Parts: sequence; structure tokens; C-alpha cells
Amino acid sequence: MNILNIYSGQLINLFAALVLLIAFAMLAQRRVLSLINLFALQGLLLAASTALVAWSSDQHHLYYSAALTLVLKVLFLPWLLHRLIRKLNVKWDIETLINIPTTMLLGLALVVFSFNLAGPISEIAGTITRSTLGIAIASVLLSFLMMITRSKAVPQVIGFLAMENGLFFAAVTATYGMPMVVELGIALDILVGMIIMGIFFFQIRATFDSLELKHMEKLRED
Amino acid sequence: MNGIFLQLFQNGLVLLLAPLLVGWVNQCRAWLQNRSGAGLLQPYRKLIKLFHKDAVLAHNASPLFRLTPYILFASMWLAASLVPVIATDLPLSPAVDVIALVGIFALARVFISLAAMDIGTSFGTLGARREMLVGFLAEPALLMVFFSAALISQSTSLVTIVETLAHKQFVIYPSLAFAAIAFVMVLLAENARIPVDNPSTHLELTMIHEAMILEYSARYLALIEWASALKLFAYTTIGIALFMPWGIAEAGRLEALPLALGMLLLKLAVAGAGLALLETVTAKMRIFRVPEFMGTAFLLAVLGMLIHFLVGS
Amino acid sequence: MTLASALLPLDIALGVIVYWLLLGLAGLFSRNSHFITRYIFPAAALGSLVLAAAALFSLGGPANIAVLPLGLPDLPFHLRLDALSAFFLLLLGAASTGISIYAAGYFRHMSGATLGLLCFEYHLFLLGMALVFIADDAYLFMVAWETMALSSYFLVTTDHAVPEIRRAGFLYLLIAHVGAIAILMSFGVMQGGHGDYTFATMRGAQLDTFWASITFLLALFGFGAKAGILPLHVWLPEAHPAAPSPISAMMSGIMLKTAIYGILRVSFDLLDMQLWWWGAIALTLGLVTALFGVLFAAVQSDMKRLLAYSSIENIGIILVGIGLAIIFHSFGKEALAALALTAALYHSLNHSFMKSLLFLGTGSVLHATGERNLGKLGGLIRRMPKLALLVLVGTLALAGLPPLNGFVSEWLLLQAFLLSPGLPNSYLNMLVPIAAAALALAAALAAYVMVKFYGIIFLGQPREANLVEKAQDIGTHEWLGLAWLALGCIVLGIFPVYIITQIDHITQMLVGQHLGGAMQNGWMWLTPIQADRASYNPLILIGTIVLGVLFTLYMVKKFYHRRLRRSAAWDCGYPEQTARMQDTAEGFGQPIRQIFDLFFGVTREVPSPFDKKPHYRGETRDLLWEWCYLPIAALTEKISALVGRLQHGRIHIYLLYSFVTLLALLAFVR
Repeated sequence: MNILNIYSGQLINLFAALVLLIAFAMLAQRRVLSLINLFALQGLLLAASTALVAWSSDQHHLYYSAALTLVLKVLFLPWLLHRLIRKLNVKWDIETLINIPTTMLLGLALVVFSFNLAGPISEIAGTITRSTLGIAIASVLLSFLMMITRSKAVPQVIGFLAMENGLFFAAVTATYGMPMVVELGIALDILVGMIIMGIFFFQIRATFDSLELKHMEKLRED
Repeated sequence: MNGIFLQLFQNGLVLLLAPLLVGWVNQCRAWLQNRSGAGLLQPYRKLIKLFHKDAVLAHNASPLFRLTPYILFASMWLAASLVPVIATDLPLSPAVDVIALVGIFALARVFISLAAMDIGTSFGTLGARREMLVGFLAEPALLMVFFSAALISQSTSLVTIVETLAHKQFVIYPSLAFAAIAFVMVLLAENARIPVDNPSTHLELTMIHEAMILEYSARYLALIEWASALKLFAYTTIGIALFMPWGIAEAGRLEALPLALGMLLLKLAVAGAGLALLETVTAKMRIFRVPEFMGTAFLLAVLGMLIHFLVGS
Repeated sequence: MTLASALLPLDIALGVIVYWLLLGLAGLFSRNSHFITRYIFPAAALGSLVLAAAALFSLGGPANIAVLPLGLPDLPFHLRLDALSAFFLLLLGAASTGISIYAAGYFRHMSGATLGLLCFEYHLFLLGMALVFIADDAYLFMVAWETMALSSYFLVTTDHAVPEIRRAGFLYLLIAHVGAIAILMSFGVMQGGHGDYTFATMRGAQLDTFWASITFLLALFGFGAKAGILPLHVWLPEAHPAAPSPISAMMSGIMLKTAIYGILRVSFDLLDMQLWWWGAIALTLGLVTALFGVLFAAVQSDMKRLLAYSSIENIGIILVGIGLAIIFHSFGKEALAALALTAALYHSLNHSFMKSLLFLGTGSVLHATGERNLGKLGGLIRRMPKLALLVLVGTLALAGLPPLNGFVSEWLLLQAFLLSPGLPNSYLNMLVPIAAAALALAAALAAYVMVKFYGIIFLGQPREANLVEKAQDIGTHEWLGLAWLALGCIVLGIFPVYIITQIDHITQMLVGQHLGGAMQNGWMWLTPIQADRASYNPLILIGTIVLGVLFTLYMVKKFYHRRLRRSAAWDCGYPEQTARMQDTAEGFGQPIRQIFDLFFGVTREVPSPFDKKPHYRGETRDLLWEWCYLPIAALTEKISALVGRLQHGRIHIYLLYSFVTLLALLAFVR
């Protein structure tokens, strides 16, 4: 059991690193389709690490979270997004506002920042996976950065969803997950949010004939 | 004594195996693309053919131009024989650590770029410029990949790194996940592989490596081709040594050699097939996407080092 | 021999300084160009060699102290030769040996009167630098520092008929003096109100953290102005190309190191404490300077400007080493501090060899073709093979390639980064890998720059055939000078252990620890910490490559043939090939300009498709000049305009000013 515990700790570290890696890959990705696939992959890693934490710490409610993550973030939302971009016909490359190496450099700075932020917190966290808190915070910030640097609406939604992934990961690794009710609530929230945004996309396109966000600047009061 | 024997054995082995690896990668690519392929031994045939031909040299070629293939060949040979692939007690290895290994690659790159500029053709300088463009990002990325591994073993000696990774208790290193991806990207770029360069075309829009060696022929070209094969071999074995080092023979255990050799061939076959697959499923990118690609590799490698400090493995 | 052993190294150094002064005066009064180039410059080289030898042997010895009753009454000159001074004297002697021999050949076509003056300034410059290294009080230090600055100003403006050169000289003088003021103030703070300006008192002074930090920052600013640390670098790419090549070599190879000496002397020797954030500042500044220098070097099209920017880069690398050493020292990690310091010192020595070599090389190119613009050169390897070979050594060394010397110091510095265990400060801890990455990037870019430098000048077809056709290869003196420096690059690269064990004396003095391990595996193995952590053997590396080359040559000859045919270049079968189709300097730097667009101020004139005579022009400007210097200049002008209002030209108003001042002072004193 002891040895297994060591390995599960290492494995969770590995998963955490991979979650961060995917966050960076999303930052560097131009294609909407690949972005969705990366998002699904991140969800899969999240589900796997949740299950692993559940197994190694005997927290049974985490199995439900893992299953929920799997269904919602790996299967349903990516399917929805795929459908959406097919309907909207927006699957080509998107130019970023800042060039990609610079974005990644900013991302690097964010990683350093969030690890220093997480340092004192993970000192007091008693879980086996406390060092991953920094990664969780970093992936939240990286997703945020991605939302900032994209000019189209769909990647922004993906960024928003990825941000939630990061938060969820933080919750799982630092405190063995949130209470079930909260988790269910958040899951419902993002589901509803996603559907509403989907409807918005169609409305935006109907109004402006494009999903370019700069058209929305017209909406402000003069 | 064992060490010297092993070193000489490895020197000979890499020299002979390197073209085979190229042949294997090309053969795999042919299979994946539904072609029958030229066979595993094609690179050897090409080398022999080239050695037999008469060399043709441009009128204004300088001694630098004529010496470069030899320097290139010797330094790539040295690089390939430094990587511990079958055994870890190589006498040459302590003399040249990973930083010096990166230095040798840089030395070869600078010489071939200078030679490319020597004749003064439009293609030559174009190739040299592009090669240095790829190189100035690939070199630090490779160095950072090595550093990620060196931080784990607290040593820049390749032998110590491999011993640490192969023989200690099995540990998962998240930093190596980043390093591995960065390394594959560097490998593709440095060996003129598909998303960055295409070794099988002579179109001015795409050439990098080929543009530099256009003016070479016969034995000079043969040496350069062989050196490229050695470089690919060196990179592949570095990848094997860093990311799948299991099965290597420990110091002083000669009886483990056959097994280690078998393991090496197996791992090379897998790596070569993987390379061919990677090349088949990706498309060549525009030359000005290349700095972005290499920049990503570089930053991933740096991130790997950071992860080592952060997650602490 | 007995005479030499009876003399203290400091006496020898003083003797050489006096000898140089006499040589300079002899040159000034003889005004015979033949005499000066044939006898005085070689004699000066001999003096340099003696100085270098004395310095080398005194590295391990005790510090020599002397007091000379010169100067103002009650302010004698204090002199001291310790390990740090000896190392920099060694650098000065070794590099100036090559430069002086070269100068004997280079200046032979100059007219007597100009040459006499130049010879005097040249020797004054040399002895000024030597005095800086052995000064042991602030007074002598500043006198020597100003001697150095003024003599080099006159040397830079040798061709004062050209307006740009006058402008460059003025800029140099201005920044040098702003720096000198900061240095003077830093000494003023350090003497701590005792009124005694000897370094010995300063060592004993107990400063609190605040004043020590002020001192360090003033010294960093003041010496940084001389070294060309960002943002005080602007004079460097102007002044270096303006000067005659031996002078550029001396300024870049040696004078910049006086600033490094000053920073080391103040921060490690005179101040008795160090704070980690000093090191972080130096490290960050060093990295920014290195990257900036190398990026700008990549887009230059004037060969001497390119080298000047490359000097900025190398100073940045040295500063990174110093910053790292301060960080380690302040956290009590003395062994690592010693490693970083060794790297910085060794790189200083290496840079003085390779950069002098390259600057002198550009001098020969300039003499032979009369052209500094890379875009008009090309193909010189065929007209000047002797020069091309020697410059190739410098090029490879500066590109940081094994087995030459540039690589050794970069190797040491990277080891210092890599072997740094967890520092107690977590931000700093993460800065270390990022800094190592930035350093590696700068080193790799240096290779890009050097390929551009060498490839465009020496390789390819001549871009302007008439310039290159008449080029003559270098003469004996030039060859000797260059060969000495090239030999230095090779020896320092292949046999680094001896000098590095000598540097141990300095690290022992400054941080109380030395590498020690450098020799543990014999004279061939460089093992800074332990053999299983890192080792490097350049002799085996180059030996194996040379053996490989010979083996291949032999095998090809034995089993095949060496038949060779000459023909026109193939170039993918394009029939029309002209020299204009090669990359120009701008073309070769274009990818860098495009990728790092953000850092350059680029203006382009691109021809339209209908232009009968298409004309392309690209210019890269230093944004710091626009953001930093022009506002300061504008502000200064505004203030001067305000001050100018005081000036009415009426005598009684001026008297009124004096009167009011007098009243104010009296009230203040009361």
C-alpha cells in the first residue's frame, strides 16, 4: 500500500504536469478543432486524476465526481462544441492578438507567479498531492490568458470551460474535492452556461454576421 | 580495458548502424504511405555509389569548403559514440558532458553553414540563414532538455544521467514529460524532418538542409549524408537514453551486452517507426512558422525545468 | 633571474608603466613614422609581455603594497597588487602584446606628426589602464580612470575631420563622465566620513545596509557606463567603430574590463557585505544586456558596429556571472559563488583575446578594401587566406564553440546555474532556470551573429569585385599580432585548467573559497565540483575530432580515390548567378529582425512593383535611444533654458545673486 501510495502521488504529479502542458498547448493552438480536442483531453486527465485521488485516499464521493467529469467534460461538452462549430462553420485558424511565443512567455511568468502564490497554501494542506495546487492555479490563469488573447467567441468559451477545469483540479488535489452538492451545482452551472452561450453565438452571428468580438464594441453607449 | 573495448565497439557500431536507421525510417514511411519502398539497405548503396563517383567542385571553393564534410563527419561520429546506448562505462563520456555535446552539434552546424556560404550561390546563403534560424532556438531548447534531466541526477555527465534514470528505483518525473515533447520537436527540426524541413525536395520555398549541401558531390556528399545519418542516430539514442533507458548494461558487466544490444535494436526500431509515423501525419509548415514551433519547444523545455523545481520529483 | 626574483611584481608593473610613458614621449617627440612603427610599438609589446609574465607569477603570491610620494601634498599615491589586480594586469599585458605588435604594422602608412601624437595617447591609454588596476586609493584611481578616459577619447577622435566621429567621441566623453561622477560618489559614500580615501580605510568602514546598497548601485551605474551595460550602452556602438582598429580592440578587449574590475573591487573587496537583491539586479541587467547586445549585433551591417554590439553581449554575460556570484555569496554558498566568479573572470580574459583578435581582423579588412559595410565585401578568404584563417579562430571562439575558449567560460557559467541547489528565496529559485535559458539563447544567437560576420566578409563571391580584387593579405607584424591572440584563444580553450587554478587565488581572496576540484583529475580535466557531477576535457574532444578527420581522410584515400574536377557552381541549375544574389548583411539578419520585431525600431522603404530603379532600405534603430536618451536631452535643454533666464548680462544683477547667496549661506551657517 505504501509503495502504491508513493506511485499514486507521483502519478498525480504527472497528471498535474500534463494538465499544465495541455493548458500551454491550448495557449499555443490556433485551430478551433484542436482546441476542443485538447479540452476533452484535459477533461479526461482530470477524470483520471480524480479517480486516482479517490482510490488512494478512499474518498468514495470523488468517484462520482470523476464519472461526472467524464460524462460532462469529455463527452458531452466537446460533442456540443463540435456541433456548434459545424453549424456556425468557424473551424478554421484563428489569429491571436499577441503572437504565440510572447503569449507563452507571459504564460511562463504566470506559472512562476502562481507557484509562489500556492507555496504558503500548500504548506498547510495535508493532502498527498499538495504540490499540484500551484499547477491548478497556473492552469486557471493560463486559460484566462487564452481568453484574453483570442479574438473569436468560440475559443473564449473553451477558455472559460478550461478555467473551470483548473478550479476543479485545485479542489480535488488540495482538499479532496468539494462537497457533492457544490460540485453538482457547478456542473449544472457550466452546462446551462454553455447552452446559453451556444444560443448567444447564433444570435451574435445573426446580428453581426460574424463571431469577431470586436464588433461588439459597437454595443457600448456613446 | 573493458571500457576501451566497449568504446571502440560502440564507435564501430554507430558508424554501421546509422544508415540502417535512416533506411528503416524511410521504409516505414513508404509503408505508411502505401509505397513499397527502396529497402532497408538503400542508404548503404547510396553511400557506396557516392564514394565511387568523381568529385566535382566549384571553381571558387575554398579549403574550408573541402574540409567541412570531414569535420562534420568526425564531430557527428564523436557525438553518436558518446551516448551510452548499450553500456554505461564509456571512457570518452566523461570528457564530453551534455553541454559539450550540445557544443559539438553547434560546431557542426556552424561549419556546415559557413561551407554553404562559401561558394556564394543564392541557395547556399539561403540555406545557411535558415539553418542558423532553426539552430539558434533548437540549441538552447536541447540544452534545457538536458538540464531537466541533469537536475534529476545532479550531474551533467550523460553516463551519470543514464545510470540514475535506468538503475535507481523507478520514479515518475513530470518534468521529463515536458522535456520529452520539447526533445521530439528539436529532433524533428535538427534532423531536417518534415514539419520543419523536407529532405526529399529541392524546392526553394522549403529547403533548409538540402539548400546548404547543393554544391557538394561524390565523397563529400557521401560524408555529409553519413554524418546526417549519424546525427539522426545520435539524437534517437539520446532520446532513448533520456526517456527509455531501461535495459542498458551496467558498468563492468559484459555478459549483459547481448541483451542490451537486442534492447537497443528494438528501441531503435520503435523510435524509427514512431518518427516515420510522425512525419506521415504532419504537414510541412511555412518557414516563418518554424521560429514559433522552435520557440514553443524552447519554452516547453524551460517549463520542464521549472516543473522540476515546483513539483519536486 | 636573480634580478627578477629580487624585484616585487609591483615594481615590475611600475617599471613597465614608466617604460610605456617614456616610449610614448619618445614617439611624441620623434615624429618619425618609420621609427615609431618599427621600434616603439614592438618595444611596447615587449613591455606588455613582461607585465603579463610578472602578473601571472604574482597571482599566487602575497599582495604587494607601495606608497609613492607623488601627487598633491599629503595625498600620496597608494598602490597595491593583489590577486585580483594581477589577474587584470595579466589580461591587459597578454592582450596588449598582440595589439601592440599588430599596431606596428597597422599604423605604418600614417604621417609622422599624427602618428607621434597617436603613439603618445596610445601609451598613455595603456598605462592609465594599468594604473587603474593597481591603484589603492580613490584619488589615484580617479586620476588613472580619467587618464584612461581622456586618452581614449582622443584616440577615438583620431579622424576628427569626420563629423560622425566627433559626435561619437562627444557621446563617449559625456557618458564616461556621468559614470565617473557616480564612481566618485560611490567612493565618497564608502569612506564613511573619515576623510581618508585609501581603499584600506574603505575595507575597514562599517556601512549599514542602506549606505552599502547606495554604494553598490552607484558603482554599478558608474562602472556600468564604462562597460556598456544597458541602458548606458549607447556610446559603445558609436565609439568603437569610430576609432582606428587597434584602439577599438584595446577599448573592447581591455578597457571594458576595467569596469568589470571596478565592480568586482567595490562589491567583493571594498564592501564588507552583500545583499541578494544586488545580485538579482546585476543578473537581470546582465541578461537583458546580453540578449539586447546579441540581437542588435545580428541586424548590423557595419562590421565594427556588429562587433561592438557583440561586446555589449559579452559584458552582459560577465555581469550575469558576477550577479550569480553575489547571490550565492549572500546566501553563504561560497563554493558556487567561487564557480560563478571563476566563470566571469575567465570569460573576461577570453573575451579580451577573441574580441581584440576580431577587431584587429576587421582593421586588416578595412585596410585592404577600404570598406566597413558588410554588404560590399565577400570572398576575402581567397584574397587573404592568412587573415581568414586567424579570424576564423576568433569567430569560432566568440560563437562559443568547443574546443575554443569562449565555450569554456560559458560551460563554467552554465554549471554554476545548474548546480545551484534550492536557494532560500522561492522567486529567485525560479529565476535561476529561466536565466539559464536566456543565457543559452544568447549564446546560440552569438553563433548566428558570428556565422553572419564571417560568412559575409570572407566567404561567397565578392559583392563589389573592384574592392576585393585589389585586397592584399596581411603583413608580418599584423600576422604576428593576430596569431598571438588566436593562439591565446586556442590555448585558453584547450588547456583551461592552469589559468583556472590560478583564478582560485582570486576567489579565495574575494569569497573565501576556491574551486579546488579543478585539478583533481589532472591537468587535462576540468572538474569544477566533483568528477561525477561535471567534467570536461577539451583535449580529448578536439583530439577525437582530429583523429576522426584524419582517419576518414585516410580511409577515403585508401579504399576509394581522390579524383577531383573543377566546374562552375551548380546552384540547382540556375544559369544566371551573380554575386548580388547572395544574402546581404540585412538579408542574413532579416529573420531575427522579423522574430524580435518588438525590440527594434524598424523603418523600411520597400519599392513598389512599378519602380524603374527599385530601391530597398531597411534601418534598425535602438528604441532605448528614443525612449530614454532623447527625453533626458529634451529635459536638460528645458532646464538649461530656465537657467538661461538668470543670465541678463547686467553686472549689478550678477552682484545681487552673489549677495543673496552670501546672505543665505550666512543664515545657514549660523
